Amino acid sequence: MLNAREHNSESNALRVPVPIPAFRVVQPLPVGNRALKRTNASSAPKTDPEAPDWVMLIGRIRDHQDRAAFARVFEHFAPRVKAFLMKSGADATLAEECAQDVMTTLWRKAHMFDPSRASVATWIFTIARNRRIDMLRRQRRPEPEDLTWGPEAEPAQEDVLSLQQESEKLRQAITDLPETQKELIERAYFGDLSHSEIAAETGLPLGTIKSRIRLALDRLRHAMK
Amino acid sequence: MTEKIKHHLSDDLLIAYSAGLLNEAFSLMVATHVSLCDTCRAQLESFDAVGGAILEGDGLPDVPHVAMSPDAIEAIFATIDLAPAQETRAARRKDDVFPAPLQDYVGGDLASVKWRPVGMGLKQAILPTAKGATARLLYIPAGAAVPDHSHNGTELTMVLKGAFSDEYDSFGPGDVETADQDVTHTPVADISEDCICLAVTDAPLKFKGIIPRMLQPFLRI
Ligand SMILES: [Zn+2]
Repeated sequence: MLNAREHNSESNALRVPVPIPAFRVVQPLPVGNRALKRTNASSAPKTDPEAPDWVMLIGRIRDHQDRAAFARVFEHFAPRVKAFLMKSGADATLAEECAQDVMTTLWRKAHMFDPSRASVATWIFTIARNRRIDMLRRQRRPEPEDLTWGPEAEPAQEDVLSLQQESEKLRQAITDLPETQKELIERAYFGDLSHSEIAAETGLPLGTIKSRIRLALDRLRHAMK
Repeated sequence: MTEKIKHHLSDDLLIAYSAGLLNEAFSLMVATHVSLCDTCRAQLESFDAVGGAILEGDGLPDVPHVAMSPDAIEAIFATIDLAPAQETRAARRKDDVFPAPLQDYVGGDLASVKWRPVGMGLKQAILPTAKGATARLLYIPAGAAVPDHSHNGTELTMVLKGAFSDEYDSFGPGDVETADQDVTHTPVADISEDCICLAVTDAPLKFKGIIPRMLQPFLRI
């Protein structure tokens, strides 16, 4: 299963078996591209050997304007974004239009995605959430300053891998929550709860993911100096 | 600066911001503080991860009629062909006082603020946000006090430059003071430097004393 990595490692001679779960590479990557450094860690979750490597696909969109890679991401995420917007109160027509906007933004902002700080699903969620505020409330959404990787700096591979694994653990933890609690959290994120109704006590294992992000931020701050 | 911040945003606020439930003025406060504070940025991004997990979770595919229209992807490629580039916000200069989200509302850094005097040496500038809450910049001369006041709702005050103290604590650059309705306080700027703050309020302040009460209509807060 690991031989799928051969397209994706910088040198076959240096290749060593990596104890991470199998993942699929959709298309071979050209050797010598900057993307190699950034994308050769698998983001594939342990629990689903069939899941595509979303991080790698976003890298291909960013570096090669790869429309096949975009189509894979679109097939999986666009209907989910549309469903998310419908759960938030949009009708099917408006949700379709906004989901298309969200996917267009994904293409245009692929260079902004930092896989050491967010999973692809998390990144798409933030784009969809901002579009929702725009669409349903007609308000501006103030966003924090971007912290972007400079031309030299690249996220550390171990940060990317750890963050993607922590994200999968979090997804599993939410799936395993008691139904009432899960519903409360979902309703909050669909925009269906008032601010005061949100309980901070969700029992979710956020501590690890927070320290991962913190570590990535520290490295980024260091790289920017 | 980021390591020196002692007073952070509450988890409630960060979750509400992450879920997209906060009003515009309070969102501006969160975005401005997070721009300066890696602790809150990491916390916020972990709450965003909950949103990502829900987008990937099993609660979504049950919605009927979610299939995208058959020509959606072609429509997207057509849009991309028209304008492929994506602008990024210019990076903040090192000596700027305002983080980028605040600059978006002011239309520049400190020099672009249109201050209005509100008495007793204080100046303020109301920022254009949607109804329901107010955002304003506050200029407190070194050593001066903001009139003793209490609130109907919540008031968050973040130091951008200088420092202030009230009856309870002291606040330096990046620190956020959270005052709920049961709190009556008198912030006093440190003597060494004029103090500039971002303040957001979700209900009008109630000033004590006759002179501040006369001023309140002018303060518009
Ligand atoms: Zn903070």
